[in-house]
Amino acid sequence: MAKRVGMEVSIAASEAVKLADVDVIAAYPITPQTHIVEHLSEVVADGELDAAFVPVESEHSAMSCCLGSSAAGARTFTATSSQGLALMHEILFIAPAMRLPIVMVVANRALSGPISIWNDHSDIMAEQDIAWIQTFAENGQEVFDLVLHAFRVAEDSKVLLPVIVNLDGFTLSHVIEPIEILDKAEVDKYLPPYKPKVRLDPRKPVSMGLVGIPEIYTEAKKATDEVLINSKKIVLKAWKEFGDLFGRYYNPVESYKTEGAEVILITMGSISETAMTAIDKMREKGLPVGLVRFRLWKPFPAPEFKKAIAGAQTLAVVDRALSPGGACGPVAEEIKAALYAERGRPKVFNFIAGLGGRDVTVENFEEIVSKAFAYAKKRPKQFYEMIGVREI
Amino acid sequence: MAKIDAVMGWKELDLGCVIRQPGSSRAFKTGDWRSQRPVVDRDKCIKCGLCWVYCPDLAMVPAEDGYYAVSLDYCKGCGICAKECPKDAITMVLEED
Ligand code: SF4
Ligand code: SF4
Repeated sequence: MAKRVGMEVSIAASEAVKLADVDVIAAYPITPQTHIVEHLSEVVADGELDAAFVPVESEHSAMSCCLGSSAAGARTFTATSSQGLALMHEILFIAPAMRLPIVMVVANRALSGPISIWNDHSDIMAEQDIAWIQTFAENGQEVFDLVLHAFRVAEDSKVLLPVIVNLDGFTLSHVIEPIEILDKAEVDKYLPPYKPKVRLDPRKPVSMGLVGIPEIYTEAKKATDEVLINSKKIVLKAWKEFGDLFGRYYNPVESYKTEGAEVILITMGSISETAMTAIDKMREKGLPVGLVRFRLWKPFPAPEFKKAIAGAQTLAVVDRALSPGGACGPVAEEIKAALYAERGRPKVFNFIAGLGGRDVTVENFEEIVSKAFAYAKKRPKQFYEMIGVREI
Repeated sequence: MAKIDAVMGWKELDLGCVIRQPGSSRAFKTGDWRSQRPVVDRDKCIKCGLCWVYCPDLAMVPAEDGYYAVSLDYCKGCGICAKECPKDAITMVLEED
């Protein structure tokens, strides 16, 4: 039976990995992901999990090792953050191209410089085009559930793509929350053993990761893009089955008090909970505001998003990463592109907040919403603005 | 001139572009972007084999009579053989000639 316990979210993430009975973990510790891999190395050393824990010398090696073990047919997990994710960069693209269902938790943290160990989304937003399925967790329970969901989706024979579960560094990774931990029998019901369609096997040799000559590269890219786009069906199906089994249902896009909302806040990750508190407060004052947040980020759930914001005149998109010299932040950019062809599309205003561990408060959200109302009447001069930046 | 026979559509590609047949790279003719090809003058050739040694693509193939023949499926036309031949027995000629 599932047990509800007070647990640090990082430990809950690694408990999910343990329950998924992974075969290989290759990881390099980096703040704020450290507790996840420390705990996993402990459970392996203590004999609680029969897996190979490979203490690699860098994240570049971690991801390379994951490619190898996943190609050999092993259920494979890693976790990283910020500079570590950046160091994996070149290998990240290869995993989906080789259709390797690796699962990775990214404890989101700002990229240097200046050096920052604190939370924002600049690490993952620099990896937008890696063709991994990506989800964002809002709280500890979601982290636990999304990790199991990630294995289930990644290894589905119609998907076979790697999955990243994003969780906010410190604000999620290091907090203790009441989390319902499923037991092994429950997890086994949800997550069947991984059956690779093709794997490295000396008895039946194959070659993987070969050169893509100009005559093939375009087709190879198209094939990966198609499978990523179509993976959404399985993402949804796996959430539905999770809900049917355990009572927690998840959607790619979640709405909060959007009925009759003129302005809708758009968020991702843990700040969404603060945003809900802000929405409650503003609704009490009679302001027609609501919240929409992404749980699924890639493949971008455009139809679900459009449905969620239907009727709103103004969107206030909160980005937790800057796209320097660009038109706006990465989330706003995706949204604007998705809405461009829509008739009667809402106005989209973009606010950059919570960079490098700066708290995003209820007051910040109130400021963002009141600015969005004002800008809807009188267009602002800049495409995006940074909330809370000291203009001196 | 060798042609790359790779006209598969994206739906036909194997999972992750995996290759299931060992040694299939032999079927991949790499010589199609050559602009010049080496021509061996057997009257000058002393069968020393330096062209075979230096060719970076193993495109100089020893023939039974001791001479060396160019495999145009793989020769990329770099001209190294012509440069290294001690007897100037190899001339590079333009492909269109
Ligand atoms: S290098 Fe010149 S001389 Fe020697 S085998 Fe080749 S063609 Fe003949
Ligand atoms: S031209 Fe270059 S590739 Fe062709 S046979 Fe000579 S050395 Fe080999």
